[in-house]
Amino acid sequence: MYRPRVIPCLLLRGFGLVKTRKFKDPVYVGDPVNAVRIFSEKEADELMLLDIDASKEGRAPNFELIEEIAGECLMPIGYGGGITEFDQVRRLIRSGVEKVVINSAAALGNMDVITKAAGAFGSQAVVGGVDIRKTLLKGYRVMAKSASEETGLKLENHLKALVAAGAGEILLNNIDTDGTMAGFDLSLVRRAAAAVDVPVVACGGAGSIEHLSQAVREGGATAVSAGSLFVFHGKHRAVLINYNPDELAGI
Amino acid sequence: MIAIIDYDIGNLAAVANMLRRVGHDSVITADSDEIAAADRIILPGNGHFNTCMRNIRASGLIPLIEERVLGGGVPLLGICVGAQMLGHGSEEGDEPGLGWFDMNVRRFPRIEGLRVPHMGWNEVAMPEPEHPLVAGLEDDTRFYFVHSYHLDPGQGVTTLMAANYGIDFAAAVVRDNVCGVQFHPEKSHRFGKQLMSNFAEGSN
Repeated sequence: MYRPRVIPCLLLRGFGLVKTRKFKDPVYVGDPVNAVRIFSEKEADELMLLDIDASKEGRAPNFELIEEIAGECLMPIGYGGGITEFDQVRRLIRSGVEKVVINSAAALGNMDVITKAAGAFGSQAVVGGVDIRKTLLKGYRVMAKSASEETGLKLENHLKALVAAGAGEILLNNIDTDGTMAGFDLSLVRRAAAAVDVPVVACGGAGSIEHLSQAVREGGATAVSAGSLFVFHGKHRAVLINYNPDELAGI
Repeated sequence: MIAIIDYDIGNLAAVANMLRRVGHDSVITADSDEIAAADRIILPGNGHFNTCMRNIRASGLIPLIEERVLGGGVPLLGICVGAQMLGHGSEEGDEPGLGWFDMNVRRFPRIEGLRVPHMGWNEVAMPEPEHPLVAGLEDDTRFYFVHSYHLDPGQGVTTLMAANYGIDFAAAVVRDNVCGVQFHPEKSHRFGKQLMSNFAEGSN
């Protein structure tokens, strides 16, 4: 039986892992190598590792750290953050990641890096990352550089452009629900899933297994991703890495 | 020593990493001496079928690999596009395959509600449970798949594992000392460990 993927989304800041709320207020949650080792032991379906400062600071990926992290992964891992050039993609894939997530570069007009990466490594290796904020007057809008820069791009137009450029998958992140654990914005997920025919991974807002299930069954997401759900425990948000594939298999 | 054929097609470190986890040294190589000396060969493959076939042909390694595997009986494991390459060709492109197997590679049919590529974890059935390559793999075995095209084996090729994604398809095929798996054992937790260990230690 085919199982929708449930993907822990880990945020890298410097050499540590953090969790944000609405892309702000990062709280330290642990050492990335150790955390990834635990997720691998718990048999997580796949991982997403996003460096939330790289693009904002105009910095390249931390290749050495990514290579060390990827070495712990007995499941697929995608990396995003600071990727602007094809040579970086090649180096990341050589370092042991299966997928690269290209977000800010594409949102700010550089689709070429997606096309080149897909041409060399296949579209399955290229994830189009999209950070969305809902605005009162203009609806869902694409933001860049960890929500610090507006792009003026519309949701559907940008998703279609990413796929046309060669992205084989979409990582849809919702700034407004990030870290809230209050559930996905299902209308956003539905619109994204309807806009493209490649897999759409919904991220932002998951606080329970029921939420994950809703994103797949009601939102039409192909896979789901979550941060807080897998790194926090209890109402006081104590840091505790948790992931149970048997509980998640039925979503 | 296990040789992982390096022809510039993606994440080979993961294959070496998984072999190390199950206690086997390997070398990622395009060197003909190293390949000639290897007692097992892994042929990975990622991305477009045409790119993989053109790259492997350009490497000049095919005659040596054929001599070792088809002539010398060295076990070979093809992974993902590396498995697809064992056949006549693929509907993805116009490059001919290696032609070792009577096998074609077909696009998944369009089925409402199922996105292509088939990406993620899927359980497999094992029609040949006695085969040494599937030893120790229980009923709950699942592997990580990423593919838009699937194996369609013909005469003389045994389906070792099968899966369903809208249609039933061959997830692993074997003939004598040559095996191909559509999924990624190097990224499939304990199930992948078991399969890689079976390949590295098996008598086939």
